Amino acid sequence: MGAGGSDENISILSPQVYLDYGGFGPLDPRVHAVMRPYLEGWVGNPSAIHSLGAEAKESLEASRKKVARLIGGLSHGVVFTSGATEANNLAVRGIAVRAQDRGRHLVVSAIEHISIINACRDLMKHGWSVTWLAVDSEGLVDPETLRHAIRSDTVLVSVMAANPEIGTVEPTRALAAVCRERQVPFHVDGVGGIGRIQLDAEAWGVDLVTLSGNDLYGPPGVGALCVRPGLKLVPQILGGGQEDGVRSGAENLPAIVGMGVAAEIMRREGAGEIQHFIQLRDRLLRGLLERVQGVRLTGSSQHRLPHHVSVCLRDIKGESVVLDLDLHGIVASTGSACASKTREPSHVLRAIGCLSEEIEGSVCFTLGRWTRSSEIDAVLEVFPRTVERLRAISPSGSKASSL
Amino acid sequence: MTVSADPDSEPQAVAIDRYLDCLGLFCPIPIVKTREAVKQMAVGEVLEMLSDDPASEADMKSWVQRTGNELLDVSKAGVKYRFLIRKVR
Repeated sequence: MGAGGSDENISILSPQVYLDYGGFGPLDPRVHAVMRPYLEGWVGNPSAIHSLGAEAKESLEASRKKVARLIGGLSHGVVFTSGATEANNLAVRGIAVRAQDRGRHLVVSAIEHISIINACRDLMKHGWSVTWLAVDSEGLVDPETLRHAIRSDTVLVSVMAANPEIGTVEPTRALAAVCRERQVPFHVDGVGGIGRIQLDAEAWGVDLVTLSGNDLYGPPGVGALCVRPGLKLVPQILGGGQEDGVRSGAENLPAIVGMGVAAEIMRREGAGEIQHFIQLRDRLLRGLLERVQGVRLTGSSQHRLPHHVSVCLRDIKGESVVLDLDLHGIVASTGSACASKTREPSHVLRAIGCLSEEIEGSVCFTLGRWTRSSEIDAVLEVFPRTVERLRAISPSGSKASSL
Repeated sequence: MTVSADPDSEPQAVAIDRYLDCLGLFCPIPIVKTREAVKQMAVGEVLEMLSDDPASEADMKSWVQRTGNELLDVSKAGVKYRFLIRKVR
């Protein structure tokens, strides 16, 4: 099925059909090349006063600029973290605790990542209140709904740029305008969308942006929170005061340098990849809808990430489909890693009003920089047979034909 | 769900076979740990689970419904929930 060993010269080709870039993205070989000396050579601690330290500090600051440029945050300060979860925690708790004298109310969309949701729930235990913004059936947050949710004691609004489970792209610019008008700091979790959709933090008035290194084809274990100058956060990790005191701990320089290069490549090449993604995505989606009955798109067809296809199947479990595809060398996902742990219905699919039998049948394909057209062909060939076979053995399978 | 007529007598009314402390933990962990604990129990046995995740009441109600176990009681003191769950199958 896959390219296999015949393409050993091009190491980036996956051995299987890999359509779970949202779950994990491979390291761009160009990023790897830049990171190598930082892993293998004598590299100083950026806080050290000797010359190696000064060089390390220079590399660190160069990465900061590259990351800020990707989100149009010309003057935004970049705080490097261990990943997007830490950056999201820092945004929510760091702002809420710092601003608690002004108010203890947060407004957060109902389809945020669990690292936002659980940070909010932690604050709820300590006296904060949270308004969970409802979304429509496509997963979109209405700026007017946001306007009505903001109160005089609201200290933070957080709505993601795009949802990685259903691929919906939120109206970030319009939401930012509402927050600016009401003078409430606006945080955007950009993990699912940055590089594939435009975000111009400075011009749009976005105060905080979360990024993940891995989602830019950089290394895992590094992320960033980009913060508008003047906005104060209470640190969540205490120690020697690195990252301007906001995030202590000696910086993970190889990973940070990697993330900087990955951000730079994404800034230069990201927009150019989009047409290719859209072509592959639409062919995959059209093919699935044509060849399989009882399947429908989740999220929005219009406001959609260019590399994202998510569907719900009637009468069979997404988990079974993913496992069966895996046996045929195709890597996909059910969309939500958290829900796969508890086997509870995904909070995102519940929020867009999916029926419970549909929620269980969720399957998600995410394309990436190295996705080949032949991989889409493979899915279109295997997927209908997988669904047919699973429906034949499913107790409620016969209902599918009545759709 | 069985609701005791006299709420004060509830904690004594049920013999507890297993105890699980999920204080400080958030979804998905309370559900995962509850599932693991219940898996090791015999049918009819009762689990006492403590949690302070604001979402855990809704989560546990949904979990027992989906898995066919019985939520005997939920009580709340401050931010802490106490769940009594009987393994049915």
